[in-house]
Amino acid sequence: MRYEAVIGLEVHAELLTRSKMFCSCAVVDSTSAAPNTAVCPVCAGMPGVLPVVNRQAVEYALRVALALDCEVAQTSLFARKNYFYPDLPKGYQISQYEYPLAERGRLVVDTISGERTIRIRRVHLEEDTGKLTHVNDGQPRSLVDLNRAGVPLLEIVSEPDMHSLEEVRAYATSLRSILRALGVNSGDMEKGVIRFEANVSIRPEGSAQLGTRVEIKNLNSFRAMERAIAYELERQAAILDQGKEVAQETLGWSESEGRTYSQRSKEEAHDYRYFPEPDLPPLVVDADWLERVAAEMPELPRARQQRFMNNYALAAVDARLLAEEAETAAFYEAAVAAGAAPRLAANYLLGEVFAWMNASGEPFSALRITPSSFAGLIQMLESGQVNQNTAKAVLAEMLRDGREAAEIIAASGLQQVSDADVITALVARVLEENPAEVESYLNGKETLANWFFGQVMRAAAGRANPQILRRELARQLGNLKR
Amino acid sequence: MSLTLEEVEHIASLARLELTAEEKERYRQQLSAILDYARRLQEVDTTGIPPTSSVLPARSRLREDRVEPSLTPAELLRNAPHAEKDQFRVPPVIE
Repeated sequence: MRYEAVIGLEVHAELLTRSKMFCSCAVVDSTSAAPNTAVCPVCAGMPGVLPVVNRQAVEYALRVALALDCEVAQTSLFARKNYFYPDLPKGYQISQYEYPLAERGRLVVDTISGERTIRIRRVHLEEDTGKLTHVNDGQPRSLVDLNRAGVPLLEIVSEPDMHSLEEVRAYATSLRSILRALGVNSGDMEKGVIRFEANVSIRPEGSAQLGTRVEIKNLNSFRAMERAIAYELERQAAILDQGKEVAQETLGWSESEGRTYSQRSKEEAHDYRYFPEPDLPPLVVDADWLERVAAEMPELPRARQQRFMNNYALAAVDARLLAEEAETAAFYEAAVAAGAAPRLAANYLLGEVFAWMNASGEPFSALRITPSSFAGLIQMLESGQVNQNTAKAVLAEMLRDGREAAEIIAASGLQQVSDADVITALVARVLEENPAEVESYLNGKETLANWFFGQVMRAAAGRANPQILRRELARQLGNLKR
Repeated sequence: MSLTLEEVEHIASLARLELTAEEKERYRQQLSAILDYARRLQEVDTTGIPPTSSVLPARSRLREDRVEPSLTPAELLRNAPHAEKDQFRVPPVIE
């Protein structure tokens, strides 16, 4: 039977505040900081302490809520989510439950088959947990580092509106780039600052009824998320094909074994006994605050992409790649403002510069070229002072040592030969030196025209202006035919 | 309505509490009495009245995002029954 996938995603994103959600401990890189160096009585869950909400965390959450077209609650409530686990020092996590910060939003994403709208159920604030390290050197035990405990965490819950892995990928990557564009999360997956949980079910194609869903927890990379969902869709299809039923359960994902596994019984795991957090009064976001946050919203990647398509006549794919990161987009626009032809600049940035970054492993911020030096090269290319091969070679040198295009070209004599007399002489010489090929050409082997072109270009050390060369070659060969 | 002993045991196990048979019976009665009282409250018509979740002042005071010194690992772990490599040591947690 053919099945339709029904997938919802919960995204947990750490917020880039300086201090924690409810105390003044520093937010440190939990993958590299020395253990338990950013912990105080509040985030260690000691008796008699009180949490105080970090204003910046709320403001970051508001940015995300607005970017996702959510309705922001004027009053929202924190709640205690109670469960027992050693990475949770208080025995409960402060989260939001019945009255979240924001609800009913949407995110429009692009897929190969067109636009998709994924509805957002809710966006709420909570705190991260500590980190457990399992040791087994004959005496099994676990070690607890609370540096991450209390770091502000934003939970973004989608409706089950995704029906393919491609849609899940588009949603997750789009959300990541929005979080980065808003400056609220680094997007650095390897540091674990974005984590996913997926709700997955399948139903016979065309059926309106939802199948039994499973929840896959602890998906810490795009790769793990996609593999886990793909595995789960196949597993469930196999179960239904056998006429059996999918069990509703919480699953973990084993990256090494490439399979999901049953984590704990549903009843136990989900008996969180939520109740309103007695230590925190309601969180009030008044209209003034919300208006100010709205007024300060940066341009989002998708809006920028649309603008690039409209203003610079770029293809959708190119516009998206350039618009995704604010830094790349700003460089591109500065280069265009400095006189670079928009499409040519886009091609060279996405082709040569991105390839160089991939090969060197250097981030965009480490580039030695400036928008104006890059624009200088693009202008020389457009005006025919250099040809494409030369431009690429010059750009590689610019990326290596940061010199200006004009300087490199002057130093190495790489200017394109556009002088018609020089090219005329070169063409005449090549035809003279290759009488056998000329004869074959005249006997109908017209593809040799390309070979002549190559020979002249070689004689010109690659610097001949290709348009002038092509025209001159055609003229001289035409003369021979008569 | 009364809570069953099994329900009391479930609640106790979620809170990692070990109760004697006598305690289970005592808490079963006390918790049942609390639930009965809540049920009486629920009979009140609260249509149009926003839920009260807190008796604290009407809104959260917010804190500026400023870092202040934390405890040292030694201070943090001073009361820990078991510590190792500047971390709390706990029985193995099986995933």
